[in-house]
Amino acid sequence: MEKTIQTSDFKRVLVWELPVRICHWITALSVIILTVTGLIIANPPVFMSGAEASESYWFGTVRMIHFITAYIFLVNAIVRIYWAFRGNYYANWRALFPYTKRSWKNVWHVLKVDILLQNEEEEILKNISIGHNYVASISYLVLFLLALVQIFTGFGLYAATSGWWLPQLFAWVPDFLGGDAPTRLIHHAATWLFIVFTLIHVYLVFYHDWLEGRGETSAMISGYKFVRKERLESDEHI
Amino acid sequence: MGTLHKNKRETYFDNIIGHGYSRREFMKFAAFITAYMGLEHSMIGQVAKALETSYRLPIIWEHYQECTCCSESFIRSDHPIVADIILDNISLDYTETLMAASGHQAEAAKHDTMKKYYGEYILCVEGSVPLGADGVYCTIAGRTAIDHLKEAAEGAKAIIAWGSCACNGCVQGAKPNPTDATPIHKIIKNKPIVQMPGCPPIGEAMAALIVHYVTFGKLPELDRAGRPKAFYGKRVHDTCYRRPYFDAGLFAESFDDENAKDGYCLYKVGCKGPTTYNACGSMRWNNGVSFPIQSGHGCIGCSEANFWDHGPFYERLTNVPGFSIENTADKVGKIATGAVVAGLAAHAVAASISKRKEHKKRYTRGRINEEKIDKNE
Ligand code: SF4
Ligand code: SF4
Repeated sequence: MEKTIQTSDFKRVLVWELPVRICHWITALSVIILTVTGLIIANPPVFMSGAEASESYWFGTVRMIHFITAYIFLVNAIVRIYWAFRGNYYANWRALFPYTKRSWKNVWHVLKVDILLQNEEEEILKNISIGHNYVASISYLVLFLLALVQIFTGFGLYAATSGWWLPQLFAWVPDFLGGDAPTRLIHHAATWLFIVFTLIHVYLVFYHDWLEGRGETSAMISGYKFVRKERLESDEHI
Repeated sequence: MGTLHKNKRETYFDNIIGHGYSRREFMKFAAFITAYMGLEHSMIGQVAKALETSYRLPIIWEHYQECTCCSESFIRSDHPIVADIILDNISLDYTETLMAASGHQAEAAKHDTMKKYYGEYILCVEGSVPLGADGVYCTIAGRTAIDHLKEAAEGAKAIIAWGSCACNGCVQGAKPNPTDATPIHKIIKNKPIVQMPGCPPIGEAMAALIVHYVTFGKLPELDRAGRPKAFYGKRVHDTCYRRPYFDAGLFAESFDDENAKDGYCLYKVGCKGPTTYNACGSMRWNNGVSFPIQSGHGCIGCSEANFWDHGPFYERLTNVPGFSIENTADKVGKIATGAVVAGLAAHAVAASISKRKEHKKRYTRGRINEEKIDKNE
């Protein structure tokens, strides 16, 4: 091992623009609200008896919150997709698809070093991701597909109770899937995938923050990450 | 109404009067069926006129794999005229259950009708068609159901698939479907088919469908699944009188608890009303006396495709295809979540060991950097 420890300077880089951050937190909040209300709707607690229906509307309220949040989730998803074409390099849709050879190398690197926890012989600057790495981007693609599944099945189930054209756009979904019951099952099962995704996502953010100390967690609040100067000079994104 | 066979064909009105009903009773029936068709009050006149001037539709009613509950529902429909006239054994040109003829005589009557009213008659099908083992699981007069169906469909103007059997295979089409019970629309592709699912469908809805056809000379508006919108446009849940309890979060948890006695919503004891399109909540059954939910039993979703395979009737669980019965989406989800949490915890421990050196190195680097800044380098 070398005697002298190399030092490096870090630069503050704006990675996540404001719209990205807002979209992120609206998504996070609405997923939490949708999951909690969704699980209540699937299996409501029974804590009242002897009451009359006119005295309460709590279950209707839970459902209403679920539906309103669903609209917010939908609009937010559309805004985020729009921003994938307007935003900076890290927000761009290209950063989500590992379609270059280099991005697949990055996937391999992340799997080896971060998931299987092997240590590299020497640090290769190129391997440092400034935005999200490509394993993360694959998981966001999966999340995006899950969101589509939830939007289609959810609004499909909702369509019959609404005359508005927007939910009506999804009215074909239950017929396509063979009825409301299978549609509901898919909607319900996908909720668990959201739960699983969130756990892994939050854990890995904490892991990177702990190991690399580049402000991984706070970056989604401030927008800034810290990147080594040499890494920026090499001028290769990822 | 096509070619007239005046000597043989009567109008509905003639037939009703011939059966000893009064004109007043006829008008009452017209009002009654107009309401069931979901039409405005002002349409009663048009419906009455149509029944007065239209000849009875030639109808061939076939029975394949079924339990005859659809016919039972029909003949027990609210108004006596429905059973007596619209579909009684005289106006039905062929139906194994209700016609007087039998054996060769019956088959001859059917072929007669098929020939005489070629392109005009309505083919009603009750039951599914087994395709397994060359169709031998259901044979009538020595021929297979598939044979009969293809022959009868040939000259039909339209086909009505009565009941869940004809629409989706119902119980005999449930997994593993040993006879390969097949619904009508998967076999006949070149005719308009009305789907009237339900086990059985509501008798009044069945009658209203026929009268609609008589009145307007065409099928009613159908939804994407081929069901008349007037009867299948809403979920049972949306017309259920227990709905206020649902919205209030007042649920029965078992069939004999206090909440069940209070008439609370049956959601938690497996009611499938929220995923079932049918008119039970508004039309009700047996002269509008009641319907399952009113009698304290949850909806089992009998008018939804493959409802036998959609999980238990008495629980709000949903089976995950490919897993055993006890494995619900929630159970699988909980296990997966637990496994992921355990995996992440293991990863955290492993990371803190494996990456200790690197972490320390970065930490030192950071400290040196800070010192540099302090010294203003
Ligand atoms: S559709 Fe189902 S219900 Fe009707 S006759 Fe068949 S078994 Fe009975
Ligand atoms: S009893 Fe069934 S259909 Fe009626 S409100 Fe409750 S869940 Fe809905």
